[in-house]
Amino acid sequence: MKEKIEQIKQKTLEEIKKVTDLKNLEEIKIKALGKKGELTEVLKGLKDLAQEERPKVGAWVNEAKASVEEFIKKREEEFKTFELNKKLENEKIDITLPGNKLKRGSIHPLNRVIEDMEDLFVSMGYDVVTGPELETDEFCFERLNVPKGHPARDMQDSFYITDENLLRTQTSAVQARVMLANEDKTPIRIITLGKTYRREDDATHSHQFNQIEGLVIDKKEVGVSLADLKGTLEIFVRKIIGANLDLRFRPSFFPFTEPSYEVDVTCFKCGGKGCNLCKQTGWIEVLGAGIVHPNVLKMNGYDPEKFGGFAFGTGIDRLAMFRYGITDMRYLYTNDVRFLSQFDRKD
Amino acid sequence: MILSTNFLKDYIDLDENIDVKKLAEDMTRVGNEYDSAEKLVPATKLVIGEIIECEPHPDSDHLHLCKVNIGSEVLNIVCGAPNARKGIKVIVAKVGAELPEITIKKGNIRGQESNGMLCALYEIGIDKKFLSEADKNGICELPEDAPIGEDPIKFLKLDDNAIDFELTANRGDLLSILGMAYEVGAIYDKEVKEPDLTHSEVGEDVNKQFNLKIETDNCKLFLAKMAKDVKIQESPDFIKNRLIASGIRPINNVVDISNYVMLELGQPLHFYDYDRLGNTILVRMAKKDEPLKTLDGQERTLSEEDIVITDGKEPVGLAGVMGGLTTEVEEDTTSVLIEAAIFDSVKVRKTSNKILRSEASNRFEKGLDPARTYMAIERACKLLEEYAGAKIAPGTVKYDKTVNKEKEIEIEYQFINNVLGSEISKKDILDTFRKLKFKVEDKGESALVIVPTRRIDISIKEDLVEEVGRIYGVDNIQGKLPVVPMKMGHTDKTIREIRHKLCDLGLNETLTYVLINDKEVNQFTCDEFEALRLLDPITEDRNTLRYTMITSLYKIYEYNKARENKDVCLFEIGKGFWKKGEVYGENQKVCVLMTGNYYDKIGYKESINFFDIKGVTEELLDFLGYSGRYSFVNPKNMPKEFHPGQTSEISVNNDIVGIIGRIHPSIEKEEVFVMEINLDKLLDKKVGKMKFKEISKFPKVKKDLSILVDKDIPSKEIELKIKKKAGKLLHDIKVFDLYEGKNILNNKKSLAYSLTFSDPSRTLQDEEINTIMDSVILDLEKSGMELRK
Repeated sequence: MKEKIEQIKQKTLEEIKKVTDLKNLEEIKIKALGKKGELTEVLKGLKDLAQEERPKVGAWVNEAKASVEEFIKKREEEFKTFELNKKLENEKIDITLPGNKLKRGSIHPLNRVIEDMEDLFVSMGYDVVTGPELETDEFCFERLNVPKGHPARDMQDSFYITDENLLRTQTSAVQARVMLANEDKTPIRIITLGKTYRREDDATHSHQFNQIEGLVIDKKEVGVSLADLKGTLEIFVRKIIGANLDLRFRPSFFPFTEPSYEVDVTCFKCGGKGCNLCKQTGWIEVLGAGIVHPNVLKMNGYDPEKFGGFAFGTGIDRLAMFRYGITDMRYLYTNDVRFLSQFDRKD
Repeated sequence: MILSTNFLKDYIDLDENIDVKKLAEDMTRVGNEYDSAEKLVPATKLVIGEIIECEPHPDSDHLHLCKVNIGSEVLNIVCGAPNARKGIKVIVAKVGAELPEITIKKGNIRGQESNGMLCALYEIGIDKKFLSEADKNGICELPEDAPIGEDPIKFLKLDDNAIDFELTANRGDLLSILGMAYEVGAIYDKEVKEPDLTHSEVGEDVNKQFNLKIETDNCKLFLAKMAKDVKIQESPDFIKNRLIASGIRPINNVVDISNYVMLELGQPLHFYDYDRLGNTILVRMAKKDEPLKTLDGQERTLSEEDIVITDGKEPVGLAGVMGGLTTEVEEDTTSVLIEAAIFDSVKVRKTSNKILRSEASNRFEKGLDPARTYMAIERACKLLEEYAGAKIAPGTVKYDKTVNKEKEIEIEYQFINNVLGSEISKKDILDTFRKLKFKVEDKGESALVIVPTRRIDISIKEDLVEEVGRIYGVDNIQGKLPVVPMKMGHTDKTIREIRHKLCDLGLNETLTYVLINDKEVNQFTCDEFEALRLLDPITEDRNTLRYTMITSLYKIYEYNKARENKDVCLFEIGKGFWKKGEVYGENQKVCVLMTGNYYDKIGYKESINFFDIKGVTEELLDFLGYSGRYSFVNPKNMPKEFHPGQTSEISVNNDIVGIIGRIHPSIEKEEVFVMEINLDKLLDKKVGKMKFKEISKFPKVKKDLSILVDKDIPSKEIELKIKKKAGKLLHDIKVFDLYEGKNILNNKKSLAYSLTFSDPSRTLQDEEINTIMDSVILDLEKSGMELRK
């Protein structure tokens, strides 16, 4: 009996081994373990055996069944894994193909620099304010101590619409507006940025360009001084233009400040050694700045005996060109998509 | 102003071999920027030689073979100058000499050895415009006493430097050598010499021979003196060379002296030929269209804004700008009337802008010191006597309405330090004023400063602070940050957020010019406004301020199209300008242009259509919080540049804020879509607060609805109908399919909607939803729509 069981078991195991798919395996399973399966038949025949034989033979059959079942299970797993692998194989893609995207947008380089400047000054407690681009003579000149007849007001330098209305030539126009609008005459700490216009157009001057203007006014006791202006501009230059740059304050003349300075920065092209950009001087003129002229304070409602402060301004276009290595100013305004789309990532 | 360092040395002790670059840099640090600082004659390796033999070149009809003795040796030099001949002294550039145009090398010219070059003055760096005809056409012939082997530049007194300063508008005092001397003297702490005015006077007082009348307030000071028996000839070398170094062409001794004194003292002079002028001068405003032939031979037509000098009847000079031709000093002139005057700076500037800008007008415009006027006329007499043999008549014809008083300014030492943020000692402050040659009196806490009349730019305390800062040196002041109460900086981030949103939506930000052509200003809009035209545009192409930015972006699109950039998705945030009645205005706008491909996806070939740009617009409006408050409506007025079937107005809270649509195919055959919103108008509309809404814990019920309707019924209308009927339980409705074409009648379209029902407080029952759906369907069918099953 034992041999018979062993024989069935061995035969079945052999068959299971040879099986090539799940369907055949199922057939063998039925043939061996099904209701009419060979091992089932042996079990069924137990009742014909002697009482004392039954447990022994039963145990043999169960042992054989267990072996077969275990092997079937193992083979089943093998087939399932195989099938799955086959399926995965079929689903394989070329992962080197490009991803699906929207077109990628970009921020204009000038506005990138403008946003950096805003962030810097906001972090120092400045408010960002705006003003009209279509200005009046009063705010663009008169209230900034540039009286009628002053050379800076020449028709040939400004875009006038009428005798009184013009496109602002400088963001300084906002200074007067802010001072005048502040009815309580409290301290002021502002910057303003935006488009400005001058009647010139050549390789290095665009008739439309961008400026930043800063104004700090406080009580005389607080004492906002030239040293404070120096410190402020040092931070501005080193954060916005370059960390290792030196500044040179060169006395100059503007009607709205006294004393007035032009601020040179170490030539960013040659590092101060002298090159064609800095005309061999090692310096590049970057900012105009100074202590607010008492007439400007007076004209806009601040008592120059009680208040004082500083103002500064600079063109943004050249700084943006320097930061990104833009070789021709015209790129900033022709808006070639091949230019614009280069500014599509974080700085 | 070009500064000749030799000229400067007349007034201040400077090192013989001054480093011109250093001087220029030191001047820059006190506020006087320079353009260039160079030797007047930059050529090297030049030597005086004598031509000892001169034969024609055997193979040339114009070259000469010269043997030139330069002292140490005799050189063979081939020379092409017509005036090369035996016996003359010449300038020799030796082998290795660097001339402005060339470097001299050992050469062979048509078979003949040449070891150097005989030079014309223009070849060593003197501009041809300063040279006589002879010097323009041939090599320089040195006088017989020129020492062979020596440096010709030194011999010719051309060993000078020229610094070209770009002065600030307020420093008219530096348009003179004397003014420059005070400035350099302040930097190096040196004394400044006074000009030599000594001369003798003979004959009858000029006042007895001459009448002066001033009939305008625009002439505050007028002085005249008389010089007789002048001999017109060439100027001495030092005068000629200094004029050349300063950029002025020498003419003859008398004319040169007027220019020389102007350079030296900053006061422009005019010399009249007395015999041609007559015995009267009358200064008045010109009459309308009054003619005057100026020195340069040009006929000028004057206006009532111009100041003229007349002989009592006819104009003989345009005050501050240029003299008249009829009274010009010429070769035969013997008597000269010297004029030194001050004319109104604004009037002179206006006239010179109109007619001609000159060295004289430049000085009048910046303002003059009357003390210098008196000084200049005496200095001119001195030089005319010395270099033109003039006999000066006693007395001065004088009209003087100037208040020529030194300004006294009292300034506290602490005030200076407060403004500069410095700790400059009283001693250093007083020292600075002393270096500037300002008289100063220490009053304990303050200084009383007496400002010399030459410094017309100084009138208030702050001006003195600037002087201290300049001379003490801003570099010596340590930078710091203002100590002010802490406060948070404020900025409205909305514009920036819009910019970044549109960038994230795949658009390239542009910055365009606001100036456009007036023919373009009414394109892409039906709005009524008055266009703003410039009074004086640079070009007609940019003569008007734009109203809509669509024009600008469309131009950018065309620019890109011409360069085969096909996928163009742009936006700009900028301004449009207008006038309505008497009101001038500007609005911030956002403008979008889209064409080509929007999605970067393999196999996706569909190009941008109306719904892409509409999607961008909706994204922006939703982002700004206008969700549910906007709609796209048929335009009341359709700008002719838009496609009539693919254009919509954008309405927020039932107010039109913008337009969106395709550019009319007759303008642009490609499919180009644009959108513009007036941000001032939009952002003025109220937005609800962003607030959390409870998420329903109960399941949603979804129902789809497909209906067949007439093509021209807007989807929005159907949506609203469904919403109205479905009531509060309808949580969301979306169009998820549009079908036209096969199996559907020509004039029909099929639209499929997905409806989501929910109630935050309970689970919905199938029956109640079915009832709602039934009533919705019934309502649609009543309006002639057909349910597709």
